[in-house]
Amino acid sequence: MDSIVNKFKRSTSTWGDHNMLVNFDVTKEFSLPSFDIPPCHNPIEFLKHNTDEKSNAECRIKFKHGTTTLAFKFQGGIIVSVDSRATAGSVIVTQNIRKIIEINPYLLGTMAGGAADCTFWERELGRRCRLYELRNKERISVSAASKLLGNIVYSFKGMGLSMGTMVVGWDKTGPNIYYVDADGTRLKGDLFSVGSGSPFAYGVLDSAYDFDMSAHDAAELGRRAVYHAAHRDAASGGNIHVYHVKQSGWENLGFRDFDDLHWEYQDQPKPSIIGDVQPMMLNIQD
Amino acid sequence: MTGKDFTLTISDTAATRSIIVFKNDEDKSLELNKHVLMLYSGSPGDTLHFAEYIQRNVKLYEIKNGIELTPKATATFTRREMANSVRSRKPYNVNLLIAGYDVTTSLPHLYWIDHLGTNATMPYAAHGYGAFYTLSILDKYHRPDISLDEAKAIAKKCIEELKTRFFTNLTGFKVKVSDKDGIREIEI
Repeated sequence: MDSIVNKFKRSTSTWGDHNMLVNFDVTKEFSLPSFDIPPCHNPIEFLKHNTDEKSNAECRIKFKHGTTTLAFKFQGGIIVSVDSRATAGSVIVTQNIRKIIEINPYLLGTMAGGAADCTFWERELGRRCRLYELRNKERISVSAASKLLGNIVYSFKGMGLSMGTMVVGWDKTGPNIYYVDADGTRLKGDLFSVGSGSPFAYGVLDSAYDFDMSAHDAAELGRRAVYHAAHRDAASGGNIHVYHVKQSGWENLGFRDFDDLHWEYQDQPKPSIIGDVQPMMLNIQD
Repeated sequence: MTGKDFTLTISDTAATRSIIVFKNDEDKSLELNKHVLMLYSGSPGDTLHFAEYIQRNVKLYEIKNGIELTPKATATFTRREMANSVRSRKPYNVNLLIAGYDVTTSLPHLYWIDHLGTNATMPYAAHGYGAFYTLSILDKYHRPDISLDEAKAIAKKCIEELKTRFFTNLTGFKVKVSDKDGIREIEI
């Protein structure tokens, strides 16, 4: 009822465009084209932080892979775990970005590096995978999908694409993880972590990894590894998403907020690395 | 290195990016045909791309003409492709070693090809930082007619030297032999 009334409540006055006239700035509209500069004291210095002028004169904007993503194989398939913080230089743009891209119901791609590059090219990969399925009447293998992405990315080598992604899925040969990089690397492996937080994640992952873990333990290990990386790395944080890839496709195991996880882990006693030592209770004063 | 009737190659197996070792069982070689093995090193994406390109062209030649290319022919072809790439807009930054056994003349061959399009036939060769340590060992101990056991001993000495003096911990090595029976991986 209200919506019908509101339709006829609108003013029919031609002065409805009054605001536009008042804000119309001739100097701005007809001046030479310009672009936004960062609203800070010294925009040149600010931009210098985010550009890398020396390594490649033709392509100066260099993105650091400010993220933590990881994927590993175990007896029950593959666990993929990522954080969700997006940074632009020293500013956190959002704590809530999706770094796992669902290419199709049985293929996942992770994002590290330039967000636009990753999402665009992984969606393009999804399109090509679908074309393959239609042409060949069978699902594309993870190896072929990663090769497609790798070749696309290699053709742009040196032009400033920035992505470090893992193509993860379950095909005829079983679970597979392929790491594909913007400089053309394509590696097949059982355990990868990509991003600025990856060394921290590797530490936790390598020390507690066991192929025969249960699915629950594996998900918890993935979550824990990203938590530790997000704790130490400034460019990782937000929420921690975990996906489980099984033979029937991937399953989203949801996400946990990093801060909540932090207090939950603080309350737990630290695990003992050798069985016979009593776990230590942590008393954090701050 | 070449021996009496075989060639022996060693490559390290770490795939690294700055301080992280992504993978420590990476095979940095490709079999061009039954008797010719190509080892590659250089920029990450370029290496595999160029190496696969050569491998597939060699295979195409064999399918078209029904004859296996000799090591010398593959090396000449590869050098030509490398020279074309150097003269292009964006050269491949890849160094190669082509090691093979020529079934027509029953002789082993080893070719050192670098990213500028140089092709050198050598009894023993190395690419990369490892060359600084191992070439002198090969200079001292290598003879053209060594047996496989002697070659394995020299290879072991080279690897030990790298483990002692090279500043990064090379996580593993893949040793392969190419002789009249084909290419196989061996343990030393």
